[in-house]
Amino acid sequence: MRNNRDRAGSLVTHALLIFFALLAVAPILVIVVNSLKTTPGIFGQPFALPNAETFSLGGYERVFARGQFVVNYGNSLIVTVGATVATLVLATLAAFALTEYKVRFAPLVGGFFVLGIMLPIRLGTVPIIKTMISWQLMDTLVALVLVYTAMSLPLAIALLMTYFKAVPAAVKEAARIDGAGELRTLSIVLPMVRPGLAAVASVTMLPIWNDLWFPLILAPSKENQTVTLGVQQFAGQFLNDYPALLGALTLGAVPLIVLFVVFSRQFIQGLSAGIGK
Amino acid sequence: MTPVPGPDNGPGTSLRSERHVLNRAHYRYFLAFTLPALAVYVVFAALPLVNSIWYSLYDTDSGVARFVGLENYVYLFTNPTTSERFWNALTNNLEFFAIHLVVEVPLGLLLAALLTSGRLRRSTGLYRTLLFIPTTLSVVIVGFVWRLIINPLWGLIDFPLLGDERTALPTLSLMSVWQYVGIPMIFLYAALLAVPGDVLEAARVEGAGAWSTFWRVKFPLIAPQFGLIAILTYIWTFNGFDLVFALNGSAPGPNYSTDILGTLFYRTFFGSSGQLSDLDLGATVASVIFLIILVVTAAYFGLLHRRLRSYEL
Repeated sequence: MRNNRDRAGSLVTHALLIFFALLAVAPILVIVVNSLKTTPGIFGQPFALPNAETFSLGGYERVFARGQFVVNYGNSLIVTVGATVATLVLATLAAFALTEYKVRFAPLVGGFFVLGIMLPIRLGTVPIIKTMISWQLMDTLVALVLVYTAMSLPLAIALLMTYFKAVPAAVKEAARIDGAGELRTLSIVLPMVRPGLAAVASVTMLPIWNDLWFPLILAPSKENQTVTLGVQQFAGQFLNDYPALLGALTLGAVPLIVLFVVFSRQFIQGLSAGIGK
Repeated sequence: MTPVPGPDNGPGTSLRSERHVLNRAHYRYFLAFTLPALAVYVVFAALPLVNSIWYSLYDTDSGVARFVGLENYVYLFTNPTTSERFWNALTNNLEFFAIHLVVEVPLGLLLAALLTSGRLRRSTGLYRTLLFIPTTLSVVIVGFVWRLIINPLWGLIDFPLLGDERTALPTLSLMSVWQYVGIPMIFLYAALLAVPGDVLEAARVEGAGAWSTFWRVKFPLIAPQFGLIAILTYIWTFNGFDLVFALNGSAPGPNYSTDILGTLFYRTFFGSSGQLSDLDLGATVASVIFLIILVVTAAYFGLLHRRLRSYEL
């Protein structure tokens, strides 16, 4: 009796989860599958797999011929990697100091950083534009790296602090007794917080890669466009060329999905630990 | 911080002064290590937010900054066009938030509850990853994907959902829910995993079923996280922009029916067809949005959050 109820319960659980998982993934699959078809194929049977008659890579050819995907990918890579590395370095130093040195205003500084997790940074866009203009950084990738680093630091610091707190004090004392300076002590501790660094890197990258707001405002010119902005503009211009449009969407989506599936454990760990504070 | 002058000489004094030196060294290290992060964070995040309010009190149209007090605010709320646009965007934004609150957060809770129900074995990770995939996409992709799928030409839906003033905003909100349901799911999933096993075991021994265990034991324990994700959803939706812009541009139609505060803000400082760019008024709109977010968030933490926390173990 109990066994039967359990079995029915887990059947319902699986059925619901399969339903929602399909709802999550099917729209993406429809796009990817249709990007490999001809226009008549896309409209004739939108939900069928491509066959000999409807299969075509023409959309992708036009994307690469007319779009700027290689340049866009390069820009996104520079901005995302640049801001992620800067965030990791600055956040590591700050989180180490905030957990290590018991100075009077440490909690205040920590709180000031953590507040930034909730602050809607975008609302400061007008002053950011003015700063970038006066520093002659308008329409450069550097402007994006700076803003994204500032935006990512609060969550990164909050996350890394929880990892640094877990490092036993004895490790640091031993390093200092051996005559290690503070930077050297930090570098000895660093391998012990490696899961934290991985979590920070994965939660930092995603919103940067996907952001539309700041590329639109701070780096809109053709040579500085990121993938997200590039897809937005390309798709806006090629609304009638469905194979090309779907190809562009696929090229924009797939790298991130692959990256996420590979790093999903670190990512989810980072996300749940970060906002859980 | 000043060492207390004491009557004791001997070893005590040297220990104290040693600590004093150590303390000063700590200050030095603390500053050196936090300053780089602090500088970037202040210059490109914290200060711009404050400066927005500052700029909203000035008029720079003539090229010279002139202090005008609240004149920009008066203009925003009394000029027939700007005030109509503002109230329209605010109402739409409330609806945009309400749909997220009513659909996304409970759905995230349901998914988190299913993932932690103890009825799954090895498949938990697979479901979790699949369900989270839409969240990893950029809104540009999400917007176009759904625009294609609900395209009447494909025959799945026979009605121009995005072309009708009544259905455009709910449709758009549900697309956003589809994308972001992974966030409350993961967040509440982590909270549910942290519920101690012996509490659940005690409930099971008492003969409580899965349903009553969830509502009587698990949910009260994760109530603070549930409240937190609700207020974060408020902040995020009132800071929303990308999906609306990706789908409908900077004057989001039909007839501004999908205009929210983020697009209004963008249009004000950046300009669009038929509207000149106005940085001062942009800063004013930003300050008003900031205030709207701040007041509700402060009220939540001041009044509600503590009450939810009282259930915590």
